[in-house]
Amino acid sequence: MHPRVDDTPTLAAPAPRVRRFSRAERWVHRVTALLMGICVATAACLYLPMFAELVGRRELVVRVHEWAGLMLPVPVLAGLVSRAFRADLGRLNRWGPHDRTWLRAALRRDRRPSSRPAAKFNAGQKTYAAWIAGATLVMLATGLLMWFTHLAPLMWRTSATFVHDWLALTIGVVLAGHIGMALGDPEARRGLRTGSVSREWAKREHPLWRP
Amino acid sequence: MNPEQSPRRGADRPRERPPEDPEASGAPIGRRLLLGTLGLGAFGVLAAPTLQRGLESLFADDPTGLTGLLPNGGGFRYYSVTSSVPHKDASNYRLTIDGLVDHPRSYTLADLKALPQTRIVHDVQCVTGWRVPGTPFQGVRLSHLLDAAGVQTKGRAIRFTCFDGAYTESLTLQQARRPDILVAHRMQDKPLGHNHGGPVRLYVAPMYFYKSAKWLSGITVTEDVRPGYWEDRGYDVDAWVGRSNGRDDAPTS
Repeated sequence: MHPRVDDTPTLAAPAPRVRRFSRAERWVHRVTALLMGICVATAACLYLPMFAELVGRRELVVRVHEWAGLMLPVPVLAGLVSRAFRADLGRLNRWGPHDRTWLRAALRRDRRPSSRPAAKFNAGQKTYAAWIAGATLVMLATGLLMWFTHLAPLMWRTSATFVHDWLALTIGVVLAGHIGMALGDPEARRGLRTGSVSREWAKREHPLWRP
Repeated sequence: MNPEQSPRRGADRPRERPPEDPEASGAPIGRRLLLGTLGLGAFGVLAAPTLQRGLESLFADDPTGLTGLLPNGGGFRYYSVTSSVPHKDASNYRLTIDGLVDHPRSYTLADLKALPQTRIVHDVQCVTGWRVPGTPFQGVRLSHLLDAAGVQTKGRAIRFTCFDGAYTESLTLQQARRPDILVAHRMQDKPLGHNHGGPVRLYVAPMYFYKSAKWLSGITVTEDVRPGYWEDRGYDVDAWVGRSNGRDDAPTS
């Protein structure tokens, strides 16, 4: 292994930063996170008795939930005008052999960086991105069936409610995992806040990434 | 295996991508995952009736009560259309009966308890899908209060108002005279708590639960049916369980 850069006093200059996310990408993430947060918060007020009793105002909460949900795909769609965002979607889509290695290591709970090869996005991030995109669209479709009840047979509405309820619970758990992992990695958060990460972090977490 | 892409796969990627990027090629697993999630969602909608029955029987007897936190885990859900509802008890609760009646009057909680009591055990069915089986309600028959007030011949419908200040409901006079419609002050053999619409709520056994207005404070006899709160927002006025709102639930009475 190479010695770490900051172990050498002669190289004590500020570590060079690596550009990770463009301004457009950061705003896509911010607005999506905000809308998702509104969806989760209003869902809690519609579902969990303690919040429902605290907030009431059912008609208003339902409207806010519906509109936040309807807007949820908009930031990603708007982001498609950005070349950097489209390029990252391509990176999230394509899986190489190293991603399989990463997943196997994750399933074995092997945390050594050497057994977790990753390019710009690791296999966990790729899985999350694809799943949450699909889940959001399922929530949107089932939500629309519940919203415009007279457009579809009402048998569908009960079924849509069932899927919407259980998927909401699943998304809540997965989202908590997403946020928990971000809380545990300040440099990853800095990447989304400022757009750049330390070269050392990039080498350690994403060794195959060529920024 | 070499993670670098073969030139063939790299050719259809955007030109600005550095050639050594190991993510420029590879199978489009992300797209497959996304489509798979969509497919699973569609399958869930199709299989929902079967899955739901399975889960309901799985959670049928749960001593911990934890399943109440799960979707469709059984039990009541708290719905209020206003931000806060004043609390009323035996000392300040009043139910007024007015409109097209010969003897308008108001009842205290003690007055209602002193009248002949009826206890009904039926399923509660919400129009959004949840159902609470075998729930006892106790109170005074609405028909008894109407008879005591003396409905005038012009009166053909009832309008219910609530002390949350917003909720309203309606019934035709014919519906209101059914023996399974109560002005209830007990539920599950306990005094009706605030969150369940206490101290007094309407209980309309054969209809979806939005007809059973919580925090009942006024009964007004009118000439015509005036649609209630949710009925102004698209719900059916005649809300028979299984025969309205496009639903086919098993009847509750």
